[in-house]
Amino acid sequence: MDFLNPVINGFAVVLEPSNLLYCLIGVVIGMLIGVLPGLGPAATIAILLPLTYNVEPVTAIIMLAGIFYGAQYGGTITSVLLRLPGEASSVVTVFDGYQMAKQGKAGTALGLASIGSFIGGTASIIGLTFLAPVVASFALDFGPAEYSALALLGILLVATISNGAKTKALIAAAVGLLLATVGRDIFTGESRFTFGNLELADGIDFVPIAMGIFGLGEILYNLEERHRAAKAPSKVTNVWPSRTDLKQASGAIARGSVLGFFLGILPGGGATIASMASYAMEKKRAKQPERFGKGAPEGVAGPETANNAAATSSFIPLLTLGIPANATMALMFGALLIQGVTPGPQLVEQDPELFWGVVNSMYIGNILLLIMSLPLVGIFVKILRVRAAILAPVTALITLLGAYTINNSMFDVTLVVVFGIVGYLMKKFGFEPGPLVLAFVLGSLLESSLRRSLLVFGGDPTGFFTRPISATLLIVFVLVAVLPGIRSMLAKGTTAPSEQPITTKIKEKV
Amino acid sequence: MIPVSSSPAVPAGGGSRPAAPSGGDAPEAPDEDLLEDLTPEQLAAQWEDEKPPAAGALANAASSLVVLGVGTGALVLSVAMGLGTPAAPEPGLWPFMISCVMVVLGLFQLIIGRHNRDAEKFTRMSSAPLTGLVTLAAMVALMPAIGFELPALALCVIWMRFLGGETWLTTVLVSAIVVAAFYGIFVLALNTSIPHLF
Repeated sequence: MDFLNPVINGFAVVLEPSNLLYCLIGVVIGMLIGVLPGLGPAATIAILLPLTYNVEPVTAIIMLAGIFYGAQYGGTITSVLLRLPGEASSVVTVFDGYQMAKQGKAGTALGLASIGSFIGGTASIIGLTFLAPVVASFALDFGPAEYSALALLGILLVATISNGAKTKALIAAAVGLLLATVGRDIFTGESRFTFGNLELADGIDFVPIAMGIFGLGEILYNLEERHRAAKAPSKVTNVWPSRTDLKQASGAIARGSVLGFFLGILPGGGATIASMASYAMEKKRAKQPERFGKGAPEGVAGPETANNAAATSSFIPLLTLGIPANATMALMFGALLIQGVTPGPQLVEQDPELFWGVVNSMYIGNILLLIMSLPLVGIFVKILRVRAAILAPVTALITLLGAYTINNSMFDVTLVVVFGIVGYLMKKFGFEPGPLVLAFVLGSLLESSLRRSLLVFGGDPTGFFTRPISATLLIVFVLVAVLPGIRSMLAKGTTAPSEQPITTKIKEKV
Repeated sequence: MIPVSSSPAVPAGGGSRPAAPSGGDAPEAPDEDLLEDLTPEQLAAQWEDEKPPAAGALANAASSLVVLGVGTGALVLSVAMGLGTPAAPEPGLWPFMISCVMVVLGLFQLIIGRHNRDAEKFTRMSSAPLTGLVTLAAMVALMPAIGFELPALALCVIWMRFLGGETWLTTVLVSAIVVAAFYGIFVLALNTSIPHLF
């Protein structure tokens, strides 16, 4: 039972009042921003990063994680009631959820989604509990060569799986890597790209970049959209699904849990892709696929389960390998670094309280969310009346003043505004901001492990292929980089580019 | 086959009914019943229509040229820092490798990505972010001199009244409450050193 001891100690950590409180704050904020269209979880987490400076690392991550999976619950509400997805990961829920609402079964749809989310999330936590230590112990032997390969592959996958133009996503990643080199060279101590500016000598902090590119960039971009108050929907009644509904959806929930869990682990995967994959799978498996789009309960239960399962399991690569699988996890990575904790395989061993505290807080968070989204759903529906025009200046001010409090310096605030412009222009010109932030976070790790391994190999780059794990990872890297090009060359002329699956058009909202 | 990608499939801003394409001259909105029974494909197509107009080849070329410019600049600077050898790298080697990748990607994008439709056109609506940006910059410039309260109040008023189209009453009332709340949180409760006037 040695294995279970740290798990149980983790519960003791979660049950400390302050951690419970932050867990509650996190899931409520997540629920709120999930309901409100506009800011996504990544933007919210970025804006709230300064809040985490003065609390314990475990408390900080518990809150940020709560925001992330809470948003998956909240996004459903607007999808079902208004045909307006609050989050990208709830887009497919619109198709059947809104039809169910029209048939007077809004409560059932929301209930199924919440129960599915709860089961998916919980199943994923259990998976995380058992899989994470295994992965971590496997990764303990990783040297700099493996880490270079892993970081390269992670950046490439996130850039190519994101839905924007691949080249542009890769360019964004390159900019992120370049930004990470600003400041003192870790090996020689020489200044790079500082242009004599003393403020830049120590490099650019992660927080102003994240707050600017994700937070302010998103706020500015949203200013361009038409702001209108959403019509508050009629009362939602009877959120408890009937036994027949549950029975009909149970298969979808089970499949969604498994699918979401595995898609969440993959770099570049995550909640959005999981929900779309689950919808496609349910439609394919159904005996009468024509019911889909006309209020099929499986079409709500499956995707909503999958997005929560994926949101939870995407913590595995971060907490065990120290490689964030998507942009939101890159923010968690940054938040941990601020706290002086380096996520990686040694985390489970060296800091079991943090590891198990965060993992176990998700059980509590999911229970809180289930309570909030079943009996209390009416309160969150009322939030929809808050207008974007009022929220925008409030979030902008929180961002600016929050940025000041990090180091009490106006320079950070200026940086946030500058990166806000960069983030806005990137979105305007079709560059995904996610790969930039992810690459920035991994930049110094990548450089130092690359240089260390080259030292070991005596400057011979083929040395990477002499170690089995790094060789495998690099071969996968090459395949991922080259295959799409070959495939499109083969496909050229044979297929007309007329048919586009809906799924490719859904952009990950940060 | 280039996927038409950057569609804001999540319409931000909270329009409950399909909004007119942001860019002006809106066609008559189809009547309600028709909208209620859209299939997923039609709904997706409708979201596609609502997204801002795509920018032309010029915008794509411009963004590629910016990438190329930054890449080349970094390339020159990193060569100046000294490259060394893989066995004994100098500070410039790693930035040099990244900037090479950037230049290649920039060139590729300039040639292949010319006709991508993932960039958005700047429309009349784009004046809103620009105004927003000016107010943010003004706030950053003024904060050290006169504290955060007055610039924050001005920012709220401009964003709510002129960018958001709220009524004067709501604007003044909410702005005052917001600034007072921030004063309470950051100055009175948290005791931070944010420059403040009062």
